Amino acid sequence: MSIVVTARDLARYYSVSRGAFSGQATLKALDGASFTIARGKTLAVVGESGCGKSTLARLITMIELPTSGSLNIGGQEIVGATPAQLKALRARVQIVFQNPYGSLNPRQKIGHALEEPLLVNTSMASKERTEKAREMMASVGLRPEHYDRYPHMFSGGQRQRIAIARALMLDPELLVLDEPVSALDVSIQAQVLNLLADLQDRHNLAYLFISHDLSVVRHIADDVMVMYLGRAVEQGTRDAIFNAPQHPYTKALLSATPQPDPERKRERIVLTGELPSPLSPPSGCTFHPRCPWNFEPCARVNPHLLAHDGSLVACHAVNPPEPSTKAA
Amino acid sequence: MSGKNGALLEIENLTVEFKTGSGYFRAVDGVTIKVDKGEVLAIVGESGSGKSVSMLAVMGLLPWTAKVTADKMLFEGIDILGMSANERRRIIGKDIAMIFQEPMSSLNPCFTVGFQIMEALKEHLDLDKAQRKARAIELLGLVGIPSPEQRLKAYPHQLSGGMSQRVMIAMAIACSPKLLIADEPTTALDVTIQAQILELLVRLQRETGMGLVLITHSMGVVAETAERVSVQYAGQKVEEQVVKNLFRDPHHPYTAALLSALPERARGRKLPSIPGVVPGQFDRPAGCLFAPRCQLATELCRTTKPPRIDGALCHYPLHDGVPQNHPGKEKAA
Repeated sequence: MSIVVTARDLARYYSVSRGAFSGQATLKALDGASFTIARGKTLAVVGESGCGKSTLARLITMIELPTSGSLNIGGQEIVGATPAQLKALRARVQIVFQNPYGSLNPRQKIGHALEEPLLVNTSMASKERTEKAREMMASVGLRPEHYDRYPHMFSGGQRQRIAIARALMLDPELLVLDEPVSALDVSIQAQVLNLLADLQDRHNLAYLFISHDLSVVRHIADDVMVMYLGRAVEQGTRDAIFNAPQHPYTKALLSATPQPDPERKRERIVLTGELPSPLSPPSGCTFHPRCPWNFEPCARVNPHLLAHDGSLVACHAVNPPEPSTKAA
Repeated sequence: MSGKNGALLEIENLTVEFKTGSGYFRAVDGVTIKVDKGEVLAIVGESGSGKSVSMLAVMGLLPWTAKVTADKMLFEGIDILGMSANERRRIIGKDIAMIFQEPMSSLNPCFTVGFQIMEALKEHLDLDKAQRKARAIELLGLVGIPSPEQRLKAYPHQLSGGMSQRVMIAMAIACSPKLLIADEPTTALDVTIQAQILELLVRLQRETGMGLVLITHSMGVVAETAERVSVQYAGQKVEEQVVKNLFRDPHHPYTAALLSALPERARGRKLPSIPGVVPGQFDRPAGCLFAPRCQLATELCRTTKPPRIDGALCHYPLHDGVPQNHPGKEKAA
């Protein structure tokens, strides 16, 4: 199994101005994420708004460089890489965005949109490019006559197929999928999820699948990382996360997701309070003001991700802090 | 049921057509809806199924390009379709209230939250200024907004999405409506906030005994909140059932396909998807609107409009997954 991406303590901070009199503040959009993704595997990142999942996508696709930590893509460390090396790396990681209406140029024909990555990154002849684009269109389920059409002539599901086809034009190893199906209707969502599973098998692709929809994640992921305010709170295999969630936030997320089964009555953990602003996150464990298990060290000490029952969990209640930390 | 007639809202054969550059587009096609007092009805469907438009027609909020016709549109036995705009305004916002999907864009950014809640009270109820303020504070408390007195002075941009939706709900229930229409109230919200808002809506519905119409695209939300559910497809009501029965034994092939396309219900890696897309203005089939995407469709389905059998608009409604009187299946079986 070859590893495509290795991230260690990946962090990205932004400094934001808070108005004329307040000076600068630091927003820790992503604060230490570590993971690996192998070829043919899917890592799903789950969390609510402001948890840093889109920042993670921007780092992995090298749209931005990390503030600290290391990111290794296909054996090449990106921190300290030369621009030429980065350019070569960028072809190996592609992204599909949430909104297929916004991510296609309305004045560009589909065929040209698909050929553009080849035009920029390869020295292929025009005829070869056209041929490759047509091949790719067939493999994502678009008809040959779509080649000369404009994006507005397509439905949402078809546009997402186009966006996926465009991302695959350079034969990447890793595809970052940033909420690829959340703008789509259920029946169309199923079509696109099937296509993604199919393409993964065919091209042995690694997926970083970003989503807030746990039922979709459960269907598609191999590994899951649950994030809250820029930090991973629980990380493990899909079965571990869904069958035996350990972190109280994971539990709450799972129980808050409405289940399409009216006969299953289960206890529901409704979290009180709102998501805190990432500009002034709570002290200690950032989840403690909303946590039903909140106890003494939580407001003081930020828990580390530690192994417990086969997963990594950042919670004092699951991994009790050492007596020495308590005394400190 | 209380009162002489249990029905709060009764709509029969509602049709809404929009005038477009290329003729009329039928967004709602012969929909019949009945909501009883104290009942939670869910209307579920994908985009373009006409679920929002049919309720906007009840509220009289459609633009002038819309042509609304119905055999019957009664609220508490009173015809609201033929009413003058003035008469209708006395009911809308007071007895029938609505909340929308995007709480951020439904609030006026130029006025404080308190002003906007008190505006509804001023319009419909005979309260003086102090009473209005007291009621606004009470309402904000009721929808779970902490320190309501200070929040009255907040502007919408100072509130999060969940808080804005709470304010919208406070405005909607300000005059103790008999019917609340919630149009995708939680779609724009995060999962944990969505759970809070759904619980709030259900609690308010139980406490006040109002009727609640919940428009949603999420089968999960339907399963957890509603009692009765109406499934719409391409402007038509294709099925109506009690929630439990719908999930156990969907009668319309569209409902069945929609349910099995949910990742939660899938077993293998491949989801059973519905091929094709919802028909648009120019490719509306002559017979059953779902026929081009239906696996059971026959020549009859393609040419003849289906009858309503057991609440499902289908020639061969399913019973325990088996289509009734279906020629092909019978041969196969």
